[in-house]
Amino acid sequence: MPQHERFEPRNRKKPRALAGLTLALGAMLLSGCSEAESVPTLTWYINPDDGGQAAIAERCTADSGGAYRIETSLLPNDAAAQREQLARRLAAGDSSLDIMSLDPPFIPELAEPGFLAPVPDDVAQRTTQNVVEGALAGAQWKDELVTVPFWANTQLLWYRKSVAEAAGLDMSQPVTWQQIMDAAASQDKFLGVQGQRGESMTVWVNALIESGGGQIIQNPEAPAAEIELGLVSEAGREAAEIVSTIGKEGLGGPGLATQDENFSMILFQGDKGSFMVNWPFVWPATNSAVEAGSLDPELIEDIGWTLYPRVNANEPAAPPLGGINLGVGAASDHPDLAYQAIECIVSPENQAEYFITNGNPPSNTEAYEDPRIEEAFPMADTIRESLELSAPRPQTPYYNEVSIGLQQNWAPPRSVDPATTPEQTTEFILAVLRGESLL
Amino acid sequence: MSTTVKSSNPGTKAAKRAAQPYSERAKGERRLGWLLAGPAFVVMLAVTAYPIVQAGYDSLFNYRLTAPSEREFIGLGNYGVILTDFVWWRDLGVTLLITVITVIVELILGFALALVMHKALKSVRGLLRTAILVPYGIITVVSAFAWFYAFDINSGYVNNWFDWVPGIDPDLNWFAGTWTSLFVIMASEIWKTTPFISLLLLAGLAQVPDELTEAAEVDGATWWERMSRVILPNMKAAIMVAVLFRALDAFRIFDNVFIMTNGAFGTEVLSLLAYRTSISRLEIGMGSAVSVLLFICVLLICFIAIKLFKVDLAGARGSK
Repeated sequence: MPQHERFEPRNRKKPRALAGLTLALGAMLLSGCSEAESVPTLTWYINPDDGGQAAIAERCTADSGGAYRIETSLLPNDAAAQREQLARRLAAGDSSLDIMSLDPPFIPELAEPGFLAPVPDDVAQRTTQNVVEGALAGAQWKDELVTVPFWANTQLLWYRKSVAEAAGLDMSQPVTWQQIMDAAASQDKFLGVQGQRGESMTVWVNALIESGGGQIIQNPEAPAAEIELGLVSEAGREAAEIVSTIGKEGLGGPGLATQDENFSMILFQGDKGSFMVNWPFVWPATNSAVEAGSLDPELIEDIGWTLYPRVNANEPAAPPLGGINLGVGAASDHPDLAYQAIECIVSPENQAEYFITNGNPPSNTEAYEDPRIEEAFPMADTIRESLELSAPRPQTPYYNEVSIGLQQNWAPPRSVDPATTPEQTTEFILAVLRGESLL
Repeated sequence: MSTTVKSSNPGTKAAKRAAQPYSERAKGERRLGWLLAGPAFVVMLAVTAYPIVQAGYDSLFNYRLTAPSEREFIGLGNYGVILTDFVWWRDLGVTLLITVITVIVELILGFALALVMHKALKSVRGLLRTAILVPYGIITVVSAFAWFYAFDINSGYVNNWFDWVPGIDPDLNWFAGTWTSLFVIMASEIWKTTPFISLLLLAGLAQVPDELTEAAEVDGATWWERMSRVILPNMKAAIMVAVLFRALDAFRIFDNVFIMTNGAFGTEVLSLLAYRTSISRLEIGMGSAVSVLLFICVLLICFIAIKLFKVDLAGARGSK
């Protein structure tokens, strides 16, 4: 750690003589401000949401009884840009990174060089009770808890009841990708999947491979040059088959190659909608579109949900896992207070409230007992069940290279060839990891 | 005063240097010049020269921001990887293609616009110039988003408005193919920066003395002859400067590609490669090497323009 303590570009609260003098002078000039200033301020870098994290920050500040004050600071919109900003600040030893909302796949990259303050044992013990397994796995690096699970996300299979019925598909039983592809084709409808060259492609491919019993990385904790990929396998070939068929047969609609989660939802809401794999945000988003009058109210009645589609009929699916964990920067001036605040933030009450107001599902199963949840999210039980089955994306410090390498070879879906794509991707990613190739 | 004494005694180099006939006033002006330009010069060194040197130094290391302890000196290894990689050459090709096409189209359109502005009636001249300049006043990111949403298959209107054009139908996904994406990227770039080139050309056009064109007209020259024999040769300096400025700008294109495709499907340009390597991958060493190579490319363009095409930067300002 010594190399980042040298810089301290935002070191606001170190009790240095000069700072003390300035504060004293300031206090003399602005008497009355000094009392508020003496309460330590914790900065919480949050990903954009509907104001839920800011509300939690206010509640926890009030509950702390003056021990600390949480101030939120907004990160960029997409996960990759959030990672870029946090990694740069952490590498420079920014002391304002007291609490950070972190996307799980990027945690190993920050934990490996010691950018995160260690989680105290007692906090680790208290904050991991009743946490769903996938979320817990995403919060760890090398079998040690390095962040605290906050909320956990998972994708469900959303379907239009009318289409499933017309295609004769029994949705009370688990369905396979082949079945929904056939059903969409027979009804001349489009499937809602994310075919864009972006993180959502990795999410999709990882879920397909994990559902088929494989893994993208065999040894995620290995150093860059020794990483072994599991793409060239039966599971990898099956995943490529599904992506390729949807692309080549036009099952994802004409916009597939640039489709993200939001546009999949719009496609699903339209006349050509049939089945869609997507995060739970689609439920509140569709409801508010109906309330605003831009969608037909009958649409809500036509939407059903179930677990993520299977790859093999007799093996359970491994749905995608997302969400946010909370970490503390190693250069923070108040790591103890930050962990105290985190314990407050992730309390089951706050997680339940956050789910209801912002649509982000809790990682703590206790939170699902709140009766208001069932009312706002009739699919809460399915979400919880899906979270228990879900598989995280590969946990490696080189996740960015692996994910982008994968996206470059698997998007657009129509260019995927089950016979060659897994092998080409493997060779490409390994060359990038060895530093022999540009990404 | 000592300079005048020494000037009568030529011989050594030192004496020659001292012999420059600066008057007190000239010396005062020089001093004032340095005082005025000095701060800007220091700032330029700090924000331009220092990062260039730092990037050159960093490019010799295998250095990842999130693995500071694994930093090691590898000499020109990064350059070897880049210059033998298909991605670099593909991106260079795309960048050059965008540069050449946009500059040629902008030059033709810009010249036409400059002629219109030059010939316009005094009463509408101000309005016309403002109207032509509007795209240039728009922030590139904003114009990139506007073009993106216009062509995007999910939110765009272009597919509906232009479905009578062969090849365009409601199912055309512009940003899913290399050539259709590049078409939108270049169209946006041309729309945005043609006003800049037309302004530079307008300045050149204004420098062509009216007497020359009038004399040619009296001699019976046609419009085309006046254009090719009188106006264009007299505007050569302005045209070359406009081409050089735009070529350097176009070569560094970033915003349009970043917003519209983020380099997907073979549309990546060199600036985006440098950005993705340094900022997204946090590979400071490799990213610096890409940036240094990009800088060398820009220097090469300047060199070719100034030495081979004899662009005279002073001439365009009319100070010749």
